[in-house]
Amino acid sequence: MSASRYDAIIIGGGHNGLVAAAYLARAGKRVIVFEKRHVLGGAAVTEEIFPGFKYSVCSYVVSLLRPEIIRDLDLPRHGLQILPLESTFTPLPNDDYLVRWADHDHTRRELYRHSPRDADAYDDFGKLMYQLAVAVKPILAMIPPDPTSMSPKDLMGFLRLGKHFRDLGHEQFHALHKLMTMSSADYLDEWFETEALKATMSASGIIGTFLGPRSPGTAYVLLHHYMGEIDGAMRAWGFAKGGTGAVSESIASAAREHGAEIRTEAGVSQVIVRNGRAVGVALDGGDEFHARVVVSALDPKLTFLKLVGEQHLPDDFIQAIRRFRIRGSSGKVNLSLSELPDFTAMPGVGPLHQGAMSISPSIDYLERAYDEAKYGDFSSRPYMDIIIPSMIDPGMAPPGKHVMSIFVQYAPSDLSGGWDETKREAFGDAVVDTLAQYAPNLPGAILHRQVLTPWDIDRVMGLTDGNIFHGELTLQQLFCLRPAVGWADFTTPLANYYQCGSGTHPGGGITGASGRMAALRVLKDQS
Amino acid sequence: MLRTTPFHPRTEALCEAKNWRRWSGYLAASSYELHHDREYWAIRNSAGLLDVSPLHKYRIDGPDAERLLNRVVTRDVTKCALHQVLYTPWCDGDGKVMDDGTLTRLKPDSFRLTSALPNLRWLQNNARGMTVRIEDISEDLAALALQGPSARRILSAAANGVADDLRFFRLTKGSIGGVPVEITRTGYTGDLGYEIWTDPDNALVLWDALMDAGRPHRIVPAGMLALDVARVEAGLILIDVDYVPAHQAVIEGRKSSPFELGLGWTVKLDKGPFVGREALVAEKERGPEWEFKGLEISWESLEELYGAVGLPPQLPSEGWRTSVPVYGGSRQVGYATSGCWSPVLKKYIALAHLQATHSKTGTPLRMEVTVEHKRRRAKARVVDAQFFNPERKRS
Repeated sequence: MSASRYDAIIIGGGHNGLVAAAYLARAGKRVIVFEKRHVLGGAAVTEEIFPGFKYSVCSYVVSLLRPEIIRDLDLPRHGLQILPLESTFTPLPNDDYLVRWADHDHTRRELYRHSPRDADAYDDFGKLMYQLAVAVKPILAMIPPDPTSMSPKDLMGFLRLGKHFRDLGHEQFHALHKLMTMSSADYLDEWFETEALKATMSASGIIGTFLGPRSPGTAYVLLHHYMGEIDGAMRAWGFAKGGTGAVSESIASAAREHGAEIRTEAGVSQVIVRNGRAVGVALDGGDEFHARVVVSALDPKLTFLKLVGEQHLPDDFIQAIRRFRIRGSSGKVNLSLSELPDFTAMPGVGPLHQGAMSISPSIDYLERAYDEAKYGDFSSRPYMDIIIPSMIDPGMAPPGKHVMSIFVQYAPSDLSGGWDETKREAFGDAVVDTLAQYAPNLPGAILHRQVLTPWDIDRVMGLTDGNIFHGELTLQQLFCLRPAVGWADFTTPLANYYQCGSGTHPGGGITGASGRMAALRVLKDQS
Repeated sequence: MLRTTPFHPRTEALCEAKNWRRWSGYLAASSYELHHDREYWAIRNSAGLLDVSPLHKYRIDGPDAERLLNRVVTRDVTKCALHQVLYTPWCDGDGKVMDDGTLTRLKPDSFRLTSALPNLRWLQNNARGMTVRIEDISEDLAALALQGPSARRILSAAANGVADDLRFFRLTKGSIGGVPVEITRTGYTGDLGYEIWTDPDNALVLWDALMDAGRPHRIVPAGMLALDVARVEAGLILIDVDYVPAHQAVIEGRKSSPFELGLGWTVKLDKGPFVGREALVAEKERGPEWEFKGLEISWESLEELYGAVGLPPQLPSEGWRTSVPVYGGSRQVGYATSGCWSPVLKKYIALAHLQATHSKTGTPLRMEVTVEHKRRRAKARVVDAQFFNPERKRS
């Protein structure tokens, strides 16, 4: 039992936990963060798994990090640098390709080569999505009001939201309605005819979900990814210098500067409850720490079902959390390379290596990959989103060598027969085999390989079922429904126990938004 | 017809954007790619290679070389050690800045001066009665700037480590790609960086050797657009943009003293007589009327101004170089002369001339911004002009 008493204990040193700690410490609170692992960041970590090669082990790109957090915590001063990712290259099986470049004319000419109609539609589509993203984006920084509550706070919230949407034009409103209800494949079919373009775009609708491009609801996730911004430019994605862990490190540095204490290799085993209130935590080693409030940045399953005894929570809430969908659907393969992949579709070393590479030749390809996962197998020909961090930040690998980050979908957490080491390597082989079809030199260039399945992401990073978003990013689990009806405002049914993290509003990605809003909520309740 | 630099055969082939501008009568690449983003980030994140050959360069030799230069520039040249480089402005008789550049002691009585404008006549006029030889070597010396955090590693590989321990603003000699070079730890980016000087006949060999050594470190040829953002972040002034050279100003009000340009630290009033000293002594006594400072434009204020017309803040994608009014309350108290969105600091910044009454760090001011064709005033805060100053610059 520790003698010192804290104002707040944060469970989990992921980026949201760290943001919450930084905001609380900035407000003068005594804060301590407990992280189970030896590194901070949760799923936003950089680790030198093999000497000289740094991997953004899980999360690998940045875009949704809230600009107000960057400003409030002055993250650039703490080392945050976001470097532009400029293009998306989709190689095709017939040795053709589709690229979207940073330059508008360049992209237009490329789309024109595939379909003159699509080249025109692309601009109109871009404008509409931009308008919608501008309209929807404020929601990211808003505590979701409860639609069934008659409290003045919730009613005012809905009034503000209503006014916000009233300002949308007809066209935008109808598009929003469609996005909320359609599948990304259907939605994109209304605009485009080039398969590779539709498939590559629809991929942002399925990332992290256990859905295929033809599943309804995926169109909204498309929009979620459009809301990323860098320097006010929406839909811009970037790479953090030093890897994604550098984002977490910069937030931790800001938190420490404000006086927060951060402990690693200090896993929390349970939340201590007295007289119906959270009063502290017990660590795995048995040490106890007490505080006025406890904030969990873990996913909802861990936050409620593991850390708090069910007897302390209402039954309907427990049921809701049990129903919360959190199937993992993706894996990650990180490679150390002796040379860059040489794509048969665009041979040589070029600007394409500085951007994203997407294995998404057609909607059918993606849907087939999903079909396999639906019935319990990993995709033998998976969707992949690839970047080569060492081409963007030379510090990620020794000079002349490279690291490659491959996001892979689908890899179901509940693989039939369960995951084991053999199956994990078979999954890694499927990834390399698939890539070798487009870049035959790749297998021979591999120096080291790290394969992460949902099984590993669960065991190592502590994300339940390896779900990268702490719960699926589907409409029935967003906004005032995330993680459960009536508890989307970062409070919980247990007094003095708060929640943040990707399992709360506004959901997955490195946004920091929930950490910030949870901290603001705590400060408001404590004032 | 504009001339080309000794590196042109290489830079022209790489300049995909075909985006050139004039610099002292030479063609200089504005950007190599269609967007200067990557070139900018190379300077801050790996290394950018810039052709800076158009600089004016003079060689000053002879027993009176030190005396002449000490008479012309504001820094104390007697304190300049062998192989040391000084950054310095120089003034007219009224203590107004004519130009600024770097001064290197190559030998005990031999110096090299770089400048933005021609200065041969000014140097000769000041050398009357002195035993000194002044030579315009602008065309006899090709120069590259290698700037960015990877610059030391690249140079180490290219020059066999000869510059590994080179200190900030010092010179060393070596060879790169088999050709003799001089390396100074100088630059115009506020980052770790070097300038490499060689005979124009060796230019292409030097370029190729640096690019080869730099490839594994992600070296990127960079143009003036990228440089412009970097130098604003570093708070480095640019002639004809942030100040008007005194001898070219058609009206008195356009001239600036070193004190008014944030260069007070370069004025060594107690070193003995030099051009402009009396005026500068008097100005120091009464205090300068203007100060050159940084402005941080408030994001919240921009969000509010643009939000009123239904837009997110629109940021300049390139550095700008126009005179923009700055207000304290309802009264104009100054003008900004350069500004940019700083991608590394994530801030909208500007360099501004402010009346001394409103120039204290922290003073809340407003800067004019045009929002949907209408003039608005965004909140801004006075800060030190050196917005970006990483440790690696000097370490």
